[in-house]
Amino acid sequence: MSTEHEAQVTETLERLHAADDLDTVEAIRVEALGKQGWLNALMKTLGKMSPEERQTEGPRLQGMRARVADAIEDRKAVLEAAALEAKLATEVIDLTLPAPQTPQGSVHPVSQVMDELAEIFADLGFAVATGPEIEDEWHNFTALNMAETHPARAEMDTFYFPDRDADGHRMLLRTHTSPVQIRTMVGEGAPVRIIAPGRTYRSDSDATHTPMFHQIEGLAIDRGIHLGHLKWTLETFLKAFFERDDIVLRLRPSYFPFTEPSVEVDVGYSNEGGRRVVGGHGDAEGHAWMELLGSGMVNPRVIAAAGLDPDEYQGFAFGCGIDRLAMLKYGMNDLRAFFDGDARWLSHYGFSPFDQPTLSGGVGARA
Amino acid sequence: MKFSIEWLKYFLETDASVQEIADKLNAIGHEVEGIEDPAEKLAGFTVAEVLTAGPHPDADKLQVLSVSTGGGEPLQVVCGAPNARAGMKGVLGQPGAVVPANGMELKKSKIRGVESNGMMCSVRELELGEEHDGIIELPGDAPVGASFAEYHAASPIIDVAITPDRPDCMGVMGIARDLAAAGLGTFKPVEAQEIAGEGACPVEIRTDDAEGCPAFYGRVIRGVSNGASPEWMQRRLKAAGQRPISALVDCTNYLMLAFGRPAHVYDLAKLSGPVVARRAKDGEQIEALNEKTYTLDDTMTVIADDAGVHDVAGIMGGEHSGATEATTDVLLEIAYFDPARIGVTGRKLGLTSDARTRFERGVDPEFLDEGLAILTDLIVKTCGGTPTQVVRAGQPPVEPKVVQFDPARTAKLGGVEVAEDRQRAILTALDFKVADDWTVTCPPRRHDIEGPADLVEEVVRIEGLDKVASVPLTRAPGVAKPTATPEQLVQRKLRRAAAARGLHEAVTWSFLPVPEAEHFADGADLWVLDNPISEDLKAMRPSLLPGLLTAAKRAADRGAAGARLFEIGRRYFRGERGHSDERATLGLVLAGEKTPRGWANGKAQGFDAYDAKAEALALLEAAGAPVDNLMVMGEAGPQFHPGQSATLRLGPKKVLARFGALHPATLKAFDIDGPVVAAEIFLDAIPAKKNAEFARSTYSPPALQPVTRDFAFLVDSAMPAGDLVKAVRGADKARIVDARIFDRFDGQGVPEGKTSLALEVTLQPGEKSFTDEELKAISDAVVKAAAKTGAELRA
Repeated sequence: MSTEHEAQVTETLERLHAADDLDTVEAIRVEALGKQGWLNALMKTLGKMSPEERQTEGPRLQGMRARVADAIEDRKAVLEAAALEAKLATEVIDLTLPAPQTPQGSVHPVSQVMDELAEIFADLGFAVATGPEIEDEWHNFTALNMAETHPARAEMDTFYFPDRDADGHRMLLRTHTSPVQIRTMVGEGAPVRIIAPGRTYRSDSDATHTPMFHQIEGLAIDRGIHLGHLKWTLETFLKAFFERDDIVLRLRPSYFPFTEPSVEVDVGYSNEGGRRVVGGHGDAEGHAWMELLGSGMVNPRVIAAAGLDPDEYQGFAFGCGIDRLAMLKYGMNDLRAFFDGDARWLSHYGFSPFDQPTLSGGVGARA
Repeated sequence: MKFSIEWLKYFLETDASVQEIADKLNAIGHEVEGIEDPAEKLAGFTVAEVLTAGPHPDADKLQVLSVSTGGGEPLQVVCGAPNARAGMKGVLGQPGAVVPANGMELKKSKIRGVESNGMMCSVRELELGEEHDGIIELPGDAPVGASFAEYHAASPIIDVAITPDRPDCMGVMGIARDLAAAGLGTFKPVEAQEIAGEGACPVEIRTDDAEGCPAFYGRVIRGVSNGASPEWMQRRLKAAGQRPISALVDCTNYLMLAFGRPAHVYDLAKLSGPVVARRAKDGEQIEALNEKTYTLDDTMTVIADDAGVHDVAGIMGGEHSGATEATTDVLLEIAYFDPARIGVTGRKLGLTSDARTRFERGVDPEFLDEGLAILTDLIVKTCGGTPTQVVRAGQPPVEPKVVQFDPARTAKLGGVEVAEDRQRAILTALDFKVADDWTVTCPPRRHDIEGPADLVEEVVRIEGLDKVASVPLTRAPGVAKPTATPEQLVQRKLRRAAAARGLHEAVTWSFLPVPEAEHFADGADLWVLDNPISEDLKAMRPSLLPGLLTAAKRAADRGAAGARLFEIGRRYFRGERGHSDERATLGLVLAGEKTPRGWANGKAQGFDAYDAKAEALALLEAAGAPVDNLMVMGEAGPQFHPGQSATLRLGPKKVLARFGALHPATLKAFDIDGPVVAAEIFLDAIPAKKNAEFARSTYSPPALQPVTRDFAFLVDSAMPAGDLVKAVRGADKARIVDARIFDRFDGQGVPEGKTSLALEVTLQPGEKSFTDEELKAISDAVVKAAAKTGAELRA
């Protein structure tokens, strides 16, 4: 009897192995393990057996039942997996088709460079100060040692408003960020270290000038600040900004009414592939000097006009074009494109929002 | 200012090369803008003698010359100049030389079959003048074979930018003095000839405007003949870019360019009565030497006689009394004019001249007698004539400025140690008188010296700024402290948030065409420029949207399907005490296609007001505004579509932002096709976060999962859905954590004038799960709260 059952098990397992659909597997299951199934019927015979017989027959029959049941589950799993694969094979999509697009935005180069400057100067202890763009002539000129009749005042190509303020001063668009020097000294006293980036305006328009442009002003007032500190500060700033150690400055005496002595600062550069690349000594082979910023020791008259004692306090100031810095670092060649709002230009020259300048990551963003 | 080296050497004994001179000028504060070396242009041109001249066999107008170049065989040269003849000396360009006038390289060639080994040149071909009637004729003693550049003494020319504080260097002499002080040679001051003159000056000279013209000196010279000025003078004037005019005029120009001293010459025959410096009468007119007529007022100083005005003092002479070829007797004028008044007059008249440039910056008040003597000498030598005695009216302000100087200040301010002896030597070389106690008396010509800082500048610039060493600025110990203000931080976050949301940051003009500014003014009193550069850049913007709209239009005109632009900048309003009120603002414009047509979504989709709302809310959140407390209200402004725009407010009056679709009238005004949506965020209205700490408030996620319940209400179609949401959320503030509209429907099955709104309400249990009774109570509260807005629960 036992061999007959074994043969039946073997045959069932063979049939299961050959079964190629779930219905066949189910039929085999019903045949063997269903209520009327032969294995079930066999299991019921255990009840009529003597305890001794049951001792041996019980595990044997249980084992047969388990082998069949396991084989059924295994076969089912195989067939189900195959069926799923077959179904998935009908669900192929063309992944060369484009995915939904996410628009890419950008940060304007002027903003990016202003953030870079704020970062560099924060490390040197300079805070960012601001002031109005619609200024009065006292802050823009008179307090900066440019009296009404001063020739330099006429040369500034100033935009004027017909309006006057309550003190009778003519209102105008600031021609430089220097009035922020006055406002800061008047408002905060000394010692003080600030940079003041912002929009400035001059009635000038050609290939390299726009009537609106951006400047950054620097001011450090304290006891005992001298020209050597100015030179170091500018060198340090430019080395950090261009991220090169071979920045060489040439200081030339010049004239600005609000500084004394006044110093024009040239930086050495070379021409590489039609582009000016800052770095190296201007007198070296293949190099030249380019004017980059104006600076000097704050004129004692300006310090006095801002309400500080020029015998106690002295310091330096400098000013530089931000658009120009951006062009030199990032290679744009047309200033007018800065103010055009052309998305094509902005995509090309603008910056990823995640290029936030940091000292640890380097303030510049490489292409 | 341009000058030739040869002219400089008249005042400066030096062996320095042109490059050394240029480098030193840069180093002491006179920026060299260009160096021009005529010798380079004249390379390959030599002095040559025409030995024979015969007719060309094949051309009537050409001659065949045999030309000697000093050594070797004479060269055969074909020449078309009528003045070419045997025995004359001229300038030969040999093969390889480049003709300055046209850049053509000379080659050995055949002209009508006859070999020609070079070219005999005209004045114009060598850019030495305009004449082109024939070839240059050199004097008989010109050395044949010599380099023409050398023979011609063509001297290099330096173009230098003189800063406005240094009128004393607006003449070659002043530049020489500065260079000598800087160690580049020895200064050779020009000793003015003592000219006594014969007889009293027949013209009465007076100054009736002591303020505008403190000093007026003059003299007459009789019997001059005003021809061409001598060659040496012409050469120097041309080097300076000054066209020779006539001997008399050239002499005054020479005085100005060599000594920085403007003067004027009147034709005595055209004058009548005393010559007086006085204020002009209102409305008085003068035809100036530039042939334009100017109307004067009583703030302006003039030189006039009984007949009228002859000179806008210190700026430009009159056409009527100027020197001409027929002039025989002249009155010379050397005066001192108040610099400030000259500047004001010049600006009022819009009249510039070399004289004004010098007078308004301040000429040397000590150089009147000397200047007059030099001018007299120049005129007598070039034009002949007999001078009278000098007549003087008034006194120039020659009182020197005295500065108490401390040489230690040089190191303290200039950052460079310069020995006291050296400082003294530098100042002395610059004509300052330094007493033993360092009381420094300034030469009156140095109007720029105000105090010790200026003397530091003198010492440092002559000593050399390259001697200033870099000295690190002291730094606060430790890690650098944050410096950005809260406003700056908000702007930085917003900028990067907007860019991360797919918008490009633009920077547009602060000024707009007046109509565009007015379209957005909403009654504000605009700031409008008096002197705009163009009508398009005239009124300060009251909104950031016009500039962005214009940029979006440009994009559309270029064929772009859409534009997503933002800008962070200021809007300009009226503030207190006549000043401005400049408000930080973010503007954004979304124009054209939001999504292009595509294989997945079909047709292109344009932007709508909800896109503007999404940007406004997201950016307000990035700026730290309490977005959950904002109310959506109307009155976005007449620039917006009245039914598709809104404001976001914190309380009924505080508008943080406006957004929506733009009004068709706005689109028409900007000539842009819609739909265009926009938003403006008023950064100044966003309340600053107070006393924010690093630590967040305590929070742990609830252990039990939230429950959602759906409700459908019928509401009046006119009722804002936001009101219903607000009411529902308020039904049980502790347990209702969200209420979200997931369906909105009107049409079939919904009564006329009603809308069905379906809400998903999220309930968050606390410690224990909700019981059925609690859920029912909350549902009832929701329905009841909704009913207050007129909403009925749908069956």
